[in-house]
Amino acid sequence: MPNIQLNLVGLSKNDYRGAQTTLCAGCGHNSISNQIIAAAYELNIVPEDVIKLSGIGCSSKSPAYFLNRSFGFNSLHGRMPSVATGAMFGDHTLRALAVSGDGDTTNIGMGQFKHIMRRNAPMVYIVENNGVYGLTKGQFSATAEMGLRLKYQGVNHYFPVDVVQEAMASGATFVARSFAGDANQVKALIKAGLSHNGLAIIDIISPCVTFNNNDDSRHSYGWGREHQEPLHDFTYVPREQEIQLGEFPEGTTRQVEMHDGSTIVLKKLDRDYDPTSRAAAMRVIEESQNEEVLLTGLIYVDTERPSLTDIYELPQGRALNRMTDAELRPGKDMIEKANAMMF
Amino acid sequence: MTTPQVQEAKASQRKAVVNDFSMTVATMNGSGSQTSNVTLLRALFKMGIPVSGKNLFPSNIQGLPTWYTIRVSKDGYLARRETHEVVVAMNPDTFVADLASVAPGGAFFYGDHLKFEINRDDISVHSFPAKLLAKESGAPANLRDYVANMAYVGVLAHMLDIDMDKIREALEYHFDGKEKPIALNMGVIDAAFAWSTANLKKTDPYRVEPMDKTSGFIMADGNTAGALGAIFGGVQFVAWYPITPASSFAEAISQNISAFRDKEGQDGKTYAIVQAEDELAAIGMTVGAGWSGLRSVTSTSGPGISLMTEFAGLAYYAEIPVVVWDVQRVGPSTGLPTRTSQGDILSTHFLGHGDTQQILMIPGSAQECFEFGWRSFDISERMQTPVFVMSDLDLGMNQWMTKPFEYPEQPMDRGKILWEKDLEALKEPWMRYKDVDGDGVPYRTAPGNRAPQSAWFARGTGHDESAKYSERADHWEANMDRLVRKYETASQYVPGPVLQTRAGAKIGVIAYGSADPAILEAGDYLAADGLATDYLRLRAVPFTDEVRDFIASHDKTYVVEMNRDGQMHKLLLLEYPEMAAKLSSLVKYDGLPLSALWVKESLQAEEQK
Repeated sequence: MPNIQLNLVGLSKNDYRGAQTTLCAGCGHNSISNQIIAAAYELNIVPEDVIKLSGIGCSSKSPAYFLNRSFGFNSLHGRMPSVATGAMFGDHTLRALAVSGDGDTTNIGMGQFKHIMRRNAPMVYIVENNGVYGLTKGQFSATAEMGLRLKYQGVNHYFPVDVVQEAMASGATFVARSFAGDANQVKALIKAGLSHNGLAIIDIISPCVTFNNNDDSRHSYGWGREHQEPLHDFTYVPREQEIQLGEFPEGTTRQVEMHDGSTIVLKKLDRDYDPTSRAAAMRVIEESQNEEVLLTGLIYVDTERPSLTDIYELPQGRALNRMTDAELRPGKDMIEKANAMMF
Repeated sequence: MTTPQVQEAKASQRKAVVNDFSMTVATMNGSGSQTSNVTLLRALFKMGIPVSGKNLFPSNIQGLPTWYTIRVSKDGYLARRETHEVVVAMNPDTFVADLASVAPGGAFFYGDHLKFEINRDDISVHSFPAKLLAKESGAPANLRDYVANMAYVGVLAHMLDIDMDKIREALEYHFDGKEKPIALNMGVIDAAFAWSTANLKKTDPYRVEPMDKTSGFIMADGNTAGALGAIFGGVQFVAWYPITPASSFAEAISQNISAFRDKEGQDGKTYAIVQAEDELAAIGMTVGAGWSGLRSVTSTSGPGISLMTEFAGLAYYAEIPVVVWDVQRVGPSTGLPTRTSQGDILSTHFLGHGDTQQILMIPGSAQECFEFGWRSFDISERMQTPVFVMSDLDLGMNQWMTKPFEYPEQPMDRGKILWEKDLEALKEPWMRYKDVDGDGVPYRTAPGNRAPQSAWFARGTGHDESAKYSERADHWEANMDRLVRKYETASQYVPGPVLQTRAGAKIGVIAYGSADPAILEAGDYLAADGLATDYLRLRAVPFTDEVRDFIASHDKTYVVEMNRDGQMHKLLLLEYPEMAAKLSSLVKYDGLPLSALWVKESLQAEEQK
């Protein structure tokens, strides 16, 4: 018998896995799925106690790749937040975990993204942020940096949307950013988000191995297509290694080379940073933009504000979807009251 | 100008017309006239006289012309009429047209602050000092403008013989027994009644008398009725976005659900109501709640329906129960938002992408709005699919004399939903989209079911019977074919049509929704003219066998509806192409409630071709 490690609820890590991923090899989204699995396992969450939701796009395929025993909803482009909002009322004792992408969230979904933060729906909302549209093969998303050049679209002239800034502006009660290759930090933030009674936004930079790259790079899709043998399928996608950061202490800065050869600078918040201060959060976000670094860590948390389901005074520990006919349908005598209301 | 003496002499030669006329009040939007109008309507109703009230109002908060028409009909006809025998003018902008609209021999009343030439001598004309009466009634200066419209209530009470006790009863209902506003308004009415008694002489034949034709009926608007129906249907989740003329549906649930549902000692609410940021979010939330096992509804109108398209298609395909209450109005996007229509039939039936057949339920009375309020949940959960209740502005926002609401006697139908013990009892492994019973309706589970095998993944992408992702052609086709089977099954559950037959009728009429009163009345007129017609009122799509039989058993059937393109006619042609030659379309699409005269004359004109 192999020695299978079980957690406190008697489940192995395998019980938290999903289907085989169909995303590109090396995609940061797969690393994030792995950390969701690890976080749920380590928090001793029963998968049946979780609902998982997503919109449309590469990122939004990922709920199929974790927590097989959880109910899932792969909804519409940009409109996962509304489905999640309604779904939470079915059984408010469940935890909700949603995965979206930067296109799904900050382009078509910007409105619903902002409103679910306003409502403080109790959910972990992960934005797998790679700056491009993957499933439609390489268009700019709203988080793409100004000046980025893509083969078919040329140069991006627009200022990027910053997910973290949008979250702060919309009153999110848990705002974090990380990098897909920083496994420990991603896992820690997911665990913290799952423990938060309110909306936990985790913006995770997750490099696209296929489309967010430059054609003149030998690691790029474009270069590969230009140089491939004619017998190759034109949709050939080169296999890439996932970017892993390894140990990355708080308060330090790390340069990360992306698949296209460009670099980004990650800066991890100091250990003594106080994430409960809204003013401090706004300040460090502003500073990180000026310094052109991506600030990672738990940037802001507010544990006081009631969550969406709190304000609806739902029954303690009882799900609405278990209510009986007698609880839901007014008694027969009440029909007189209804008719008496009329004239 | 004819002298009052001459008018009186002429009137004495005329026979009194009792409980059979149409009355219109012309005011300005936002002037507070709605209280006066519904007070008149309700007082007449309490006198036992069949009445209907229709508010023709602009898409505007204040200042534009608005008309309120009351049909008084001893015969119980409640459709709108084109002609008005009694007209009250309170708006200078429409005075000339209002004066011109009075039927010959009718009566015209106007506030004396309006200074216009009276150029008709074929009608009775009376002015009254509305503002002065408001002042003399003792109303505070800051409220006089709001209650001045009550003056015409008092004048009409005297001139038409409306029972003042019934007027007071109507006001007491309107103000929920609050004595201060009742006294304020009643003061003006009393003052106007006294002034009218002293100063006006009746020279027209129109008046009312108590009768007993409204006992056993109530007055209700379709939106409130539907909302109460939803409450009796056990509604658990409402997400909505404001839109005329649907807003009052969701608002009526909000206002009333606590009084009907909350019980002492209960440990929390059994429902949640969310005002969404737009229609896309409203239906998204509703779909999320339906997926998670709640009785879930949203309300909207045509422009909102179009925004809900993508979710409607997803819900159809992922097989999620959800109710959408569509209060139809005229036109695209903004259109004529305060005019009535039956223009969403085709687009809603096919709402979605690819192949979609949505279930429509079509109430024809406020009582049916109540019934469909709860029955729509039963059908959507039984069929695991969206159900669209197709009301309209006329039915939804106007007051209707209707049969009382009936308690839903049968238990709530939650459909094929499996909880932990149900799954344990199964002999075969459960598969989300497997057609176990051959009726096209699979078994579902809902989030919160803790059985490890219960989870499934809702998606718009292709899937197999286990709800697993699949792009296999045979999986896709099999699933689409099962959805057709399911739609056919739905015809056993949707409400069947209502039939009215006449001996020897070879001509049929098919109509639906708020067209009903005009069709019923026109049928009588046609019969009186020697043309017997049968009438089938549709109450749902898919059609039931009775619809086919009706068309087959008549030489010709007219489909009468309030849209330009004959949308239901087209659906019937699609369903019964072999009988296409028997079906004709009669349409009216001016935004006004249908009138019997139009139906009668249009049908006769077609028959004479």
